Amino acid sequence: MTPLTPIITAHWDVPDYFTLEGYRRHGGYVALPKALGMDPDAIIGTVKDTGLRGRGGAGFPTGLKWSFVPQNDGKPHYLVVNADESEPGACKDVPIMIANPHALVEGVIISSYAIRANHAFIYIRGEVPQAIRRVATAVREAEQAGLVGDNILGSGFSLRITVHSGAGAYICGEETALLDSLEGYRGQPRLKPPFPATHGLYAVPTVVNNVETITNIPWIINNGVEWFRQFGTEKSPGFKVFSISGHVARPGIYEAPLGITMRELLDYAGGVVGGDGTVKFWIPGGSSVPMLTADHLDTPMTYEAMAEAGTMLGTGTPMVFNNTVSVVKAVTRWLEFYKHESCGKCTPCREGTYWITGVLERFEHGHGTDADMDLLVEVCGNIAGRSFCALGDAAATPYPGALKYFRDEFEAATRTPVDEAFPPAASYIFGEVAAR
Amino acid sequence: MTIAPQSPTEVAPSDLVTVSVDGIEVRVPKGMLVIRVAELMGIEIPRFCDHPLLDPVAACRACLIEIEGQAKPQPACAIAVTDGMIVRTQRTSLMADAAQEGVMEFLLLNHPLDCPVCDKGGECPLQNQAMTTGRPTSRFEEEKRTFEKPINVSAQILLDRERCVSCARCTRFADQIAGDPMLELLERGAAQQVGIAPDQPFDSYFSGNTIQICPVGALTSSLYRFRARPFDLVSTPTTCEHCASGCSLRTDVRRGVITRRLAWDDPEVNEEWNCDKGRFAFVYTHEGRIASPLVRENGELRPASWPEALDVAARGLAAARGRAGVLTGGRLTREDAYAYAKFARVAMGTGDIDFRSRVASDEEAQFLASSVAGMPLGPTYADLDSAPVVLLVGLEPEDESPIIFLRLRRAAQKKGVRIVSLSPVRTRGIDKMDAQWWACQPGGEAIALRHILGGEKAADTLAALRQPGAVILVGERMAGVPGALSAAAELASSTGARLGWVPRRAGERGALDAGALAGLLPGGRPADDPRAREEVAAVWGVEPSSLPPGGRDGQSLMDAIVAGAQVDALLVAGVEVADHEGAEDLRRALDKVPFVVALTTHHNEVTDVADVVFPVAVVAEKAGSFTDWEGRNKPFSAAIHGAQSVADGRVLAMIADAMDVSFGSGEVVALRAELDRLGRWTGARVAAPTVAPSVPGVHGSVALATWRLLLDAGALQEGEPHLAATARPTEALMGADTARALGLAQASAVVISTDKGSIELPVRIADVVDGAVWVPMSSEGSRLLSIGARHGSAVRVTGRTA
Repeated sequence: MTPLTPIITAHWDVPDYFTLEGYRRHGGYVALPKALGMDPDAIIGTVKDTGLRGRGGAGFPTGLKWSFVPQNDGKPHYLVVNADESEPGACKDVPIMIANPHALVEGVIISSYAIRANHAFIYIRGEVPQAIRRVATAVREAEQAGLVGDNILGSGFSLRITVHSGAGAYICGEETALLDSLEGYRGQPRLKPPFPATHGLYAVPTVVNNVETITNIPWIINNGVEWFRQFGTEKSPGFKVFSISGHVARPGIYEAPLGITMRELLDYAGGVVGGDGTVKFWIPGGSSVPMLTADHLDTPMTYEAMAEAGTMLGTGTPMVFNNTVSVVKAVTRWLEFYKHESCGKCTPCREGTYWITGVLERFEHGHGTDADMDLLVEVCGNIAGRSFCALGDAAATPYPGALKYFRDEFEAATRTPVDEAFPPAASYIFGEVAAR
Repeated sequence: MTIAPQSPTEVAPSDLVTVSVDGIEVRVPKGMLVIRVAELMGIEIPRFCDHPLLDPVAACRACLIEIEGQAKPQPACAIAVTDGMIVRTQRTSLMADAAQEGVMEFLLLNHPLDCPVCDKGGECPLQNQAMTTGRPTSRFEEEKRTFEKPINVSAQILLDRERCVSCARCTRFADQIAGDPMLELLERGAAQQVGIAPDQPFDSYFSGNTIQICPVGALTSSLYRFRARPFDLVSTPTTCEHCASGCSLRTDVRRGVITRRLAWDDPEVNEEWNCDKGRFAFVYTHEGRIASPLVRENGELRPASWPEALDVAARGLAAARGRAGVLTGGRLTREDAYAYAKFARVAMGTGDIDFRSRVASDEEAQFLASSVAGMPLGPTYADLDSAPVVLLVGLEPEDESPIIFLRLRRAAQKKGVRIVSLSPVRTRGIDKMDAQWWACQPGGEAIALRHILGGEKAADTLAALRQPGAVILVGERMAGVPGALSAAAELASSTGARLGWVPRRAGERGALDAGALAGLLPGGRPADDPRAREEVAAVWGVEPSSLPPGGRDGQSLMDAIVAGAQVDALLVAGVEVADHEGAEDLRRALDKVPFVVALTTHHNEVTDVADVVFPVAVVAEKAGSFTDWEGRNKPFSAAIHGAQSVADGRVLAMIADAMDVSFGSGEVVALRAELDRLGRWTGARVAAPTVAPSVPGVHGSVALATWRLLLDAGALQEGEPHLAATARPTEALMGADTARALGLAQASAVVISTDKGSIELPVRIADVVDGAVWVPMSSEGSRLLSIGARHGSAVRVTGRTA
C-alpha cells in the first residue's frame, strides 16, 4: 500500500504551527534565505525541473508558467495567489491556509522573488474568515520579522503582500475574473489573449497560482528536484493534499504521492459508510470533472491516468457517494450551483445552465422524458467548448458523465420522483461521524 | 446591421497576410479580425456583441467559426488573422454551423418573442439571425425568466430586460465611446441585466446611440416607442440641422411626419454616432408651424394668398431698394443662405447682411474674412486623430460640437493625442477627453494666447503647436473676447498649426461661404475687390457697378437704425431676436423700420412686428446642404416628400419675380449650380485682425464664464420633454476659494446681476478659475443675454442660503 507522505501537513497537529514561531520551530523560513541567495532564473529553472503542476485544477506546469513572464521589460510584475477555493467538493486550500499560513507566505516570497514581483496578492474566498484572519496575521508577523517588506533579509529584494477578500462569486476562481475582481471590477473572465503572463493585474505581467502550488515551493527549495521527483510519476511528480469527503468513515485531508489509488485513499479514510458499504460513484476532483464508479478505484490519481479514464484529477479532492444517493439528484444540485454561479457573460453558460437545470428538476420530480435525456446531451454539447471560459465547460460535464454510467436512473426518473426511489433520509450519516 | 468603416489608407504589401476563408484565399491586412475579413468577402457571420467601433468581448458566442488546428470553435469577432490561417464559417464547417445554431437556440430561450409589439420587429438582428441561423422550432419547455417591463434608465431611454441578450454593446458604448459609464451589467447568470445606479439616470448626451446599436428591442426611446413599424417608414439620408458637427442622419417619416432619426454612417465625420439633440429634437418640425402667408392689415396679421403676399413684399422691398438690410440667422442651408446673399445685392441693392444672430464683433468678421470664408476643407476630423496637439480655445466640444468631442476623446485614448483646453472651467468633458485644463479667466483667452505666443507660458504647448499637424480650434464665443481671434490667428500662422473655427449652428459656415455677411461675396470674395465683383457679377448676370458696396454688419445696421439712419426695409429669416447680443437694439430697429418681411417656420418676435410673413420649409422638407466646421459640404434631399412648404430660396425667387428682378428659379439645383460656378476665392484676402487684448474684469466684480449647453432652451428643442429631462441642471458653478472670498461658502443659490437685471440659480462648487462664475448661457431660468451679460462680462454675485 502506498504510504501517506505528510509534508505540507506534517506538523498540522502542532497547536501553534500557524504562528511564525511554531512554523520556524519546524523548519519554516529556512528555504527563504536560501532562495534569496539564488539567481531568480535558477529558482524558475528548479521549479521547471521538478515538473510541479498547478494544483488548482488545470495542472499547468508551474515553472513553465513562470517562464512566460517577460523579464527586464521595465514594468512591475505581480504574483497573485488564487485562494478562492469554491469548487463543490474541494476543501484543501482553506485547511492549508488555516493550518499552514506561513508556508504559503514563504512560498509567496520565494515565488515573487523568482518572477521579480515586488507586490503579491492573496485573493481569498470571502466565506472563510478564519483563513483570511490566519493568512493576514501570518503576513503581518512576517512583516514584523522583516521577512516581508523592504530589503528582505538584506537581500535587496522588497515585497509587499496584500491579502484580499473575495465577495462570494465562484467565477472569481477563474484567473482573469479574479484579476478583474481584484482591480475592483465585476468579476467576469477576460478575453484571452493577451494572457496574464503579459497583461495581468493592472495590465502588467502577472502570475496566478493556486495556494497549494505556492505552498510546495519552500519544500522544493529546501530539498531539491531529485527529492521532489521521488514522489509521484514521471508526468505527475510530487505529492498532493487530497481532501476526501462524502460517505467515508473519516473524511478529511490525506497527503500522499500522486499516483496513489482511490482504493488506497478510501482505506486511509476508513472505507465507505452507510448504504451497502460500497462506492456507487465518486468524483476525483470537484464537481467540474466527470464522475467515476467502483470500477475505477484502482486508477492511479495522476493527471494522465485520470485523463485516460475520461475524467480529470482536477483539484484532487474526491467526493464519495454510496448507493443511497441518487445520481439524478446529485447532478441536479451541481447544475443548480453552476446556474447560480454562471457569471452571465457568455450565452452558452448563462442560458445553458438555466435550461439544463430546468429539465433536471423535472427529472428530479419524475417528469423527465426519454427525449429530454438526449436533449440534455445536446445542450451540454452546445455549452462545452463554446463558452467563454472553462466554467461553462465545467457545467457541461456532470450530466454526460452521469448518463454514461447511470442512464437507468435517468430513465427511472421519467416515472418515479427521485426522493421516492432514493429516500434522502437513507443517505444521512450521524453515528459514524460521532464514532471518529 | 452595421458596416465596418472603410480602411482609408492604402496598406503596404508587407502588412498583408494570406488567409483562406471557406476555401477562398484572400490577402488582407495583418491583425484584421476574422469577422471583418468575412464581411469584406460578403460572407455574413451572425453576431450580437460584435460592433466594429467597440472593443471585442466575444461574449455572445454567435459568431463561432472553425479555424484549422483548433479543437474548439472560435469567436470570429475576437480572432485576428495570421498568415496561412484557414477559416471555415458556417458555410463550409459543420462544427461552426452547429455551434452557431446552438448559440442561437440559447439566445432565444429566455427571449419573450414579443416581436409583434416590439419596436425592433422588422429591423431586428435577433429576428433576422434567428431566421438565418436558428432552429425552426423551440425545444425549450421550461418557464421563461421574466422582468418588469419596461423600466426607465433615463427619461428618454427605456429598458426591457426580458428582451436583452447581454451583448454589452450599450454598456461598452457608454464606457468606451461616450465616456459616461452610467449603464452597467448587474447581477449574475440568467439574472444578469443592464441597469443604472440608484438615482443616477443614464443622462448622457449620447444615450440614444445605445438604442440604435442594441441588436434586440431591449432599449427603446420614450419618443418613438410604439409609434411606428419599421416597414411603414420612409427613410431618407439627411444632415443634422442642429450644430456644425455635420452628422449624417437617417430621417424616418411616417405619413408625412418625422417619427425618429438615426445616426447614419459617415466614417469621415460622425462614424455611426450622433448626439441626443440630433436624434430626438425634431418635434418642432410638425408642431406650431405657420400654415400660410400672412399680411399685416390694421396692425393685425391676417392670412393671405401667395400672390397677394408676394405682391405686398415685392412692392415694399422695391421701394426700399438701397436702404434695406437682411438678417439670415445661422440655421439656413448653404443654398438658401446664398439665395439671401444674392437677393440682398441683386434685388434689394444692399450689402447690409449678417448671418450672426449671436454674440459677434467686427474683429470676428475680419477674422472670418481672412481665415475662414471660402477656405478649402480642413482641418478635418481625421486631422484631429493624428495631431501632435489639439489646442481648444473657448470651445467646450461636448456641449458645442459633440462629434468633435467624441473624436477628440478617442484620439486621446486610442492614439495618445494631447489635448489642451483653454477654459475657465474644468468640465467633465475635459476630463473625459483626458485633456489638460489650462485655466483661464473668462475674457482672458486673448492674453493667455499672447502668453503662449510670447513664450512666457506653456513652452511645451508652443513647441507641440510647431509640430506638423497641430490643430487649434476656436469656439464661437471668442467673438466676444477682444483680441482672442487675432491672437489665435497669429498663433496659427506663427507656428504653422492649422486653425479651425467651430461655430455652433449648422448653417453658419455655409452662410459665410455663401456671402451672407457684409463685406464678403460668395466664396469668401472681398466685396470691395474689383476682380471679385466682376466674377460674381458675371455669374449673376449684372454689371459689377450695380453691386452695392461692402455694407454694414448686423450690429452696425441696428446701431445706425436706432441712431436714425434711413433704412426702409428689413428682410429677416428664421431668427430668434433674443439670440442677438444686441437684442434690445434689434427690437427697437424692428419697431422703427417701416417694412419688415419675415421668412420663417414658426411665430416669433419678428413675426410679431413683420408686415409680411412667408411660411418656409423646415430643413426636413427641403433639399440643401450644410457645411460643417471642417468646411465639408454635406448635401441632403428632402426627408418629408410632398410637403406643401417652400424653401427660402424659392420664396426669394418668387419675390424677385414680382419685383421684376432677374434672379433665377431659386430651386436648390439652380442655386447649387451657381455656387459651383462661383467656386472659392483664390485672390488676395484681407489681413487677419490685429486687435490687442483687453484686460478683462472690473474691480470688485466677478467675471462671467458661459456657453450654451447642448440641451437648453433652444427653439428647435421644443416639444420634446423626455429629451429636456436628460439635460444638465441649470446651475451656477464657482471655485471654492471664490465662493469663500465672496462670502458664499454656505450659499445654496446665487443671484447674478448686471445693470439690466438679474437671475437666480442654485450654485455648486466646482473647478472654476478664481474670480469667475460659470452659468449656462441660454437655459430655462438662465438667459444671460436678457440681462446684457455674455462670456467675459463683469457681473455681481450675491448669495442666498436655503
